[in-house]
Amino acid sequence: MAVKPFKLALAGLSAVGLAALAACGEAPSENGGDDNADASFLACMVTDSGGVDDKSFNESSWAGMEAAAEENSDIKVDFKESSSETDYDPNLQASVDDGCNFIIGVGGLMTENVNTAATANPDIPFATVDGFSEVENVYSIQFDTAQSAFLAGYVAASQTKTGTVATWGGMKIPPVTIFMDGFAEGIEKHNADKGTDVKLLGWNAETQEGTFLNSFEDTAAGKSTTDTFITQNADIIFPVAGPAGLGALTAAAENDAVNAIWVDTDGYESTEYGAELITSAEKGLANAVKDSVLAAYDAANGGEAISGSYVGTLANDGVSLAPFHDFDSAVSADTKAELEALTQQIIDGTLVVESPASPAAQ
Amino acid sequence: MSTDTKTPTADEPEAGETPESKPNFMRLFGRYLTEANSVMVTIYSLLLAFLIGAILLIVSDEYTRSTFSYFFSRPQDAWYASRDLIVESYTALFEGAILNLSTLDRYAAGTAEFGDLLRPLSETLTYATPLIFTGLAVGLAFRAGLFNIGAQGQLIFGMMGALIIGFALDLPAVIHLPLAVIAGALAGAAFGAVPGVLKATTGAHEVISSIMLNNIAALFLVWAISTEFLHSETKTDLITKPVDESAVMPKLLSGLSESLRVNWALLIGIGAAVFTWWLLSRSTFGFRIRAVGFNEHASATAGMRIGSTYTTTMAVAGGLAGLAGAALSLGVGSAGITTNTALEYGFDGITVALLGRAKPGGIVAAALLFGALKAGALSAQPDVPVDISTLLQATIVLFIAAPALVKAILHLRTPRGGLVTLEAKGW
Repeated sequence: MAVKPFKLALAGLSAVGLAALAACGEAPSENGGDDNADASFLACMVTDSGGVDDKSFNESSWAGMEAAAEENSDIKVDFKESSSETDYDPNLQASVDDGCNFIIGVGGLMTENVNTAATANPDIPFATVDGFSEVENVYSIQFDTAQSAFLAGYVAASQTKTGTVATWGGMKIPPVTIFMDGFAEGIEKHNADKGTDVKLLGWNAETQEGTFLNSFEDTAAGKSTTDTFITQNADIIFPVAGPAGLGALTAAAENDAVNAIWVDTDGYESTEYGAELITSAEKGLANAVKDSVLAAYDAANGGEAISGSYVGTLANDGVSLAPFHDFDSAVSADTKAELEALTQQIIDGTLVVESPASPAAQ
Repeated sequence: MSTDTKTPTADEPEAGETPESKPNFMRLFGRYLTEANSVMVTIYSLLLAFLIGAILLIVSDEYTRSTFSYFFSRPQDAWYASRDLIVESYTALFEGAILNLSTLDRYAAGTAEFGDLLRPLSETLTYATPLIFTGLAVGLAFRAGLFNIGAQGQLIFGMMGALIIGFALDLPAVIHLPLAVIAGALAGAAFGAVPGVLKATTGAHEVISSIMLNNIAALFLVWAISTEFLHSETKTDLITKPVDESAVMPKLLSGLSESLRVNWALLIGIGAAVFTWWLLSRSTFGFRIRAVGFNEHASATAGMRIGSTYTTTMAVAGGLAGLAGAALSLGVGSAGITTNTALEYGFDGITVALLGRAKPGGIVAAALLFGALKAGALSAQPDVPVDISTLLQATIVLFIAAPALVKAILHLRTPRGGLVTLEAKGW
């Protein structure tokens, strides 16, 4: 039972030595202090079950919050994570109790909880991301990502060599299916205008049925789903599943002939698989959240109250098609010109990309 | 120790006892504190877990960690930073779980209601409620020598059973709510009985079959929510219809404040604990459970039907876990359940049962502790990482399950009966 004193001493000496080595640094002159520690305005965010580091919309929203705090040193930001929808109410309540001056609920599932909290606290401005609310002090932040996905679908149809492309989603929820609808429509547009016959696997816009993992985390399932589509001849994959979409990118990396298109952020920068990515259908979540925080700050300091809703579109740069990066030379100048024309038509309203999940439909 | 040693008789208030009774009691108490008996192991496990939690808090906090890099040039920085961090973090957990001191100030100043003062406690009780049921579900099976890992699946089925009765029928609340609760219990019991029947008839091990049934239940839930029958009519997300107003668990303290979420399910949970206690220690069936758990061969020789005991025990355990599901879908999840509503309550039931040493009273206490950790961690974020509650739970149970480790770390004495460690037989 007894440890040999010699060994003990040796272990103790080496531990002290290590600690001393690690602890020999210089002391800083004075502590740097917390970021915006004495800010007057506290903006709080409640995440949905993904958590703040989900590499998806919670993370993008938080990036927007942090950007707002960086731009205005009188703003302090805070977040609370939910592990399931039963945590929404206490988290929103805790944000109220913390004295938050602006509270953002991230995720369409939280909209009703945000409404309840906002009705009970009419003096505090609230916002809901990916959801629509009619309560007066709730600002709705939504995105018509069908528009950017439409352009991505058009690019995919122009780039495919096998004539087959595929998409799959994390869950069958509006913020996901809207991407798939737009993507399908973009392919159809290319087929109609250019006489191609590109097939889309994994989503039927008419019946609104398709392939879903029922998970935003399961990259292994994402890879096997992608592999199945590859055996069915698909050579461009469009995964709409946040981090689980990385599974599609690993599958693409293993197959020289297969490439992918990313969603939400510019995957060339946010993932390690830039070489596989033709482009990305971006959703400007961070900017929209940042703007709403800054607007709420102005409102609290005598400016106009924020109300109503924001819908990110191609017209207001709320959604966009990312640069082609490595594929810049692969995409022909004609295609680029056509994309520009289509973008203009969508902005003008002469071309309408429709999805049952579109924010306009609500 | 007292300086006054020459007159031991002066320290003898209780007449009629032997002269050494007082020092003896003190010594016995001291002995008890330094002995690895089940009570002290539990207490020391909690203390050790909070100590490890404190170390991890220091390591995970960027600012505090940075003060250690110049420890030798200004050690007081590291000391004060660590001390403040630990005090602040554990205070924040306490404030989120028991009593928020700043709300107390506001209450004293008249700007907060009495109901606001109770909110942390209400949250603790809300999160503890499902754990009471799942803890009992696992604990009861432990007593029969069964390791019920299937509480998660049983809970999911209970959730669905209660939900379906909750929205599909149109009844007055006096009948609707009890009926929905019973439906949850029955659904859980039916699903829980499966591993019992498999074990009784084919000898299939309940650990293996109940783990597999958990997966089946979780995937079944995903499919079931997407069916037209269960799926919400107003939302396209993966969420079910809400239950009718008449089947929603009434809140216990809504008279004080609407935001106090603790509801009647807590009372049902305490009732279930009393029932389990009665079942185990006062009923013939409970005697059979314990006898089979103690020695199945002897029980069989004594004429007990082992197979049917396994099946009924698993069914009752499943029913208890099903009640946890009913508590969720008729309570905090009454607006509709998703694939996330069940969280890990079924698996946490295992740790609750271990900490409570499979005794109903212990399980209620353990559930309250874990509920408090969850509520505290939820409200203390982001200053305290939300995972701290899971971490503390896991560490506590790690020590409870390995009394020899606690004994070795703290150099405790071996108790007379040997180390007590809870184990399910039948491996």
